[in-house]
Amino acid sequence: MVCGVEEMAERRADDHQSYEGKIRIPSGCAVAGFINKTGERVNGRTIAEMMALMKERSNGLGAGYAAYGIYPDYRRAYAFHLILADHQTREEVEAILARNFRITEGHEIPVRRTGRNKKAPLLWRYFCDPLRLDRDSALDELLLATTMRINRLAPRASVMSCGQNLGVFKGVGDPEEIAEFYRIDQYHGYSWIGHGRFPTNTPGWWGGAHPFSLGEIAVVHNGELSSYGTNKSVLENFGYELSLRTDTEVMAYAIHHLRRQNMSWPMVAKVLAPPHWAELERMAEPERELAAALRRIYGGLLMNGPFSIIVAFQGGLMALNDRLKLRALVAGTSGTGLYLASEEAAIRQVCPRVEEVWPLPGGEALICCAEEESACHVA
Amino acid sequence: MPRSLVPPEFLVHRDEGRCTKCKACIRQCGFGVHAEGPDDRISANDQRCVNCQRCVVMCPTGALKITANKEIGRENAYWSAERLREIWRQAESGGAILTSMGCDRNYPVYFDHLLLNASQVTNPSIDPLREPMEIRTFLGRKPEKLSIAGPPGEERLAGPLPPEVRLEMPVMFAAMSFGSISKNTVLALAKAAKRMGIMFNTGEGGMNPALGPFRDHMIVQVASGRFGVDSAYLEAGRIIEIKIGQGAKPGIGGHLPGEKVNAEIARTRGIPTGADAISPAPHHDIYSIEDLRQLIYTLKEATDYQKPVAVKIAAVHNVAAIASGIVRAGADIVVLDGLRGGTGAAPKMIRDHIGLPVELAIAVVDRRLREEGLREQVSLVAGGGIRSSADLLKVICLGADAAYLGTAALLALGCHLCQRCYTGKCSWGIATQDPSLTKRVDPEAGADRLVNLLTAWQHELKEFMGAMGINALESMRGNRLQLRGVGLPQNELDQLGVKQAGEAM
Repeated sequence: MVCGVEEMAERRADDHQSYEGKIRIPSGCAVAGFINKTGERVNGRTIAEMMALMKERSNGLGAGYAAYGIYPDYRRAYAFHLILADHQTREEVEAILARNFRITEGHEIPVRRTGRNKKAPLLWRYFCDPLRLDRDSALDELLLATTMRINRLAPRASVMSCGQNLGVFKGVGDPEEIAEFYRIDQYHGYSWIGHGRFPTNTPGWWGGAHPFSLGEIAVVHNGELSSYGTNKSVLENFGYELSLRTDTEVMAYAIHHLRRQNMSWPMVAKVLAPPHWAELERMAEPERELAAALRRIYGGLLMNGPFSIIVAFQGGLMALNDRLKLRALVAGTSGTGLYLASEEAAIRQVCPRVEEVWPLPGGEALICCAEEESACHVA
Repeated sequence: MPRSLVPPEFLVHRDEGRCTKCKACIRQCGFGVHAEGPDDRISANDQRCVNCQRCVVMCPTGALKITANKEIGRENAYWSAERLREIWRQAESGGAILTSMGCDRNYPVYFDHLLLNASQVTNPSIDPLREPMEIRTFLGRKPEKLSIAGPPGEERLAGPLPPEVRLEMPVMFAAMSFGSISKNTVLALAKAAKRMGIMFNTGEGGMNPALGPFRDHMIVQVASGRFGVDSAYLEAGRIIEIKIGQGAKPGIGGHLPGEKVNAEIARTRGIPTGADAISPAPHHDIYSIEDLRQLIYTLKEATDYQKPVAVKIAAVHNVAAIASGIVRAGADIVVLDGLRGGTGAAPKMIRDHIGLPVELAIAVVDRRLREEGLREQVSLVAGGGIRSSADLLKVICLGADAAYLGTAALLALGCHLCQRCYTGKCSWGIATQDPSLTKRVDPEAGADRLVNLLTAWQHELKEFMGAMGINALESMRGNRLQLRGVGLPQNELDQLGVKQAGEAM
C-alpha cells in the first residue's frame, strides 16, 4: 500500500515536471522573513518552520529562501547561485562569468536529491572577485550585465543570486521540500526570507520561484503586478531584460535600479507605493515637492496591483504592502528580533512570546536595519 | 456653362404636410441649399447640400430628411460612386479635390482589433467610486535620475526639475487655429480646458487677446508660417509646440485663403487683411534634424528654459527613427499625429493616402525609444482619431502619455462631420468666420458640452482601470500586456507589440 502511494506521488511529481513552464494555475502565495538587529546568525530551520505552517498558501509549484550572512568566510566574494540545465551550459556560464570575474571557487550546491527532486536541475555556486573596478557604481553595472547575459540563456540557465554574503535557494516544490532539498538547516544567516508559491499568471519552474535577487537585494512577493507591462517597458530603458517569466522579476529589478541611483530605502518604498495625489497635496514642503518629483520621475515603477513584499538587503529587511493593502502582511517583534509573515500564526510558531504584533498599513514601508556595529555589516 | 455631370451627393426630402414654411431651414443652412420660390414654396438645391444636418435638427416640425444619393450610375465594388464623382469633378474643375476632417477610408482600425483586460480572482478589481483612482499625468522632460540632497529622514530635492505641465486627465485639445475655426469655438475649447485642468492648443493662428485668461492651459504653436509668433506669444503658453506636420496632410503646407482673413484674423496672425496666409510645406529654416535642434533651443532660449518644447509630426513610415532624432534634438514632448487626424482643409488624395494609423505609430515609437533608452526622458502624445475613452486607454497602453482630441471635441460642439470646413460655410458655426454663423457657438454652453464629454470619459477611464485592478494612470502607460489583438495577423501584432487574444500573461 505504502509503496503504491509513493508510486502515485512520484507519477504526480513527474507530471509536475513535464508541465513546468507550460501551465499557469490561479491564486496566492506565502511570504515570511526575520532579522535580528544584533546581527546574530540564526539557523535556516526557523524560516522553514514559518513557511511550513503556511503550506495552505502554496501549491508545490515553487518555494525558496534567501539569507544574508551565510558565507562569513567568503564575505567579500560575490556568491553566484545558478540554476543550470547541464554541464555544457555550466561551461557557457563560466565563460560569461570569467569575462568580468575571477572565480575563486566553484562547486555544486550541496543538495539532497530525493523523491521528485531527483530530477532537479544542476545547482551550482561560484565565489567570484571582480577583475577590475573603475568607479563605485561599476560593480552594480557589472553584476547587472553579467546576470542579464546569463539569464538570456533561460530556461537553460538563470542566476538565483549574486550578492556578497547572500544566497538564494529556490526551486519547484513545497517550502518544506525545498528547505530539505537545499539543507538550509546547514546555513546560519542574520536575516532570512522565505516564499511558498501558488503560481498564477506565470509558470512554475525553477527559475520562476522566489526569492528574486539581483546584486545586494533579494525579494519575496505575494501578489500580482498588473503594472508589469509598464514596469517592464520602463526597466528596458535601463539595461534590464525580463526573461524569467514571473512578475516579481520587475519588482527585484525596479528596486535594484532605484538603489543603483543611491536612493534610500524610504525613498524606494515611496516609488513602489507612492502616496495618492490627494494625500501628497496635504504634505508640508519640502517633503511634498520631493514626493511629487519621485512620483513624476519614477511613476512607471509604481507597483500596481495587490502585493506584499519582503526585501532582504545588506544589513536589513524592508516590508511593504500595496497602497490599498490588498495582501496580508503581519509584523511582530521580540527583543531585537523582527518577524514578518503573511500570517500571524507563522510568527507565533517560531516566536511564541512575541511582544507586539501588527498588520502593516498599505503603502507604508517597515524598514529594519541591524545596528551599525553588528556583525552583519561588511567592514 | 455646360451642364455638370456630377450628381448631387445628398437628396433633401421635405414633408410638405409638416412644413409650416417658417423658413428656419433657409436661415440655418450655411450652404444656401434652401430657398423660397416665387410660389411661396420652399425648395432645396440638392447639389449644394453637404448633409451637415443643421436644417434637419433645427426644423421645428421635423419636416426635413436628408439621404445619400446612391443611385448615380453603374458604380461597382472597384469603381465606387465616390471615385466616379471625383473623376467627374476633376474633369470639370482641373483642380485637386479639397476636403476636411480626417481620412475616412476603410483602412484597418487597430483600435477596433484590440481588447482590454480585467481582473478576476487573483487580483481584486477596484471600485472607482470607493477607492482613489488617479488619472493625473505630466508632460515634459524627465531626468533619468532624481538628485536628492540631505541626510536620511530630511531628504529634499537637490535642484529644480525641468519644466512640467500637469494634466488632470490624459487628454488635450488638439491644435485648431483661429481662422480654421471661429473665435467662439476657440473660446469654448479654452474654457473647457481650464475647467478640466487640461490644455488646448492655439494652432498656428497666433493668440487672440481674448485667450488671455486661459494662458495657463494654452499650448502655443510655432508652424512653418510663424503667424503671430513673437516673444509675447511664446511667453503666453505653457508649452511651445513646433508643428512639423499634421496627420491629415503629411508633407503639405497650409493655405488660409485671403477672403477668410478678416481684420481680426489678420491682427492675430500679424498679416495684412485679405492676404493669403500661406504655411510652407517645410519650415524654411528646418531642412534637417540639426536645424530642428536649433529651433528647439532658440525657443528654449527665448523663454529661459521655462517651457517644455513639443515637436509634432505626422506619423509616416519612418516615424520611429524620426521621433528618436527629435528626442535627441532636445524636444521634451513628441506628438505623433496619425492617419485619421483631422484638418480644416487638405487635398483629399493626400489626406486619404499618406500616413500611418496612430496606434502603430505610438507602438513603434515607444518601442524604438525604449530600445535606445530614451523613452523615460520624454513624453509621447498621440493624436489622430481618438473616438472614445476606450481608444484613449488603448493608445496609452500602446505607449502614449496623453492624447490630443480634435474631431471628437468639435463633434461635442455640434459638428456633424460633413467634411466641408474648407468652405468656411459651416452651418454649425464652428469652421467659419461668418458672424451670422459663428454666433451659433456660445462659448459657455460649448464649454459645458466639452466638460460633459470629458467628465463622461473620466468616469469610463476610471471604470476601465478599476476593472483591471490598476489605480494610477502611470501604471497604464506602455502596459501592452493589458491589451490583446483579435483578427490581426502576427506581423501586425508584432508591430503593435501586443499578444494574440487567448494568449496568457
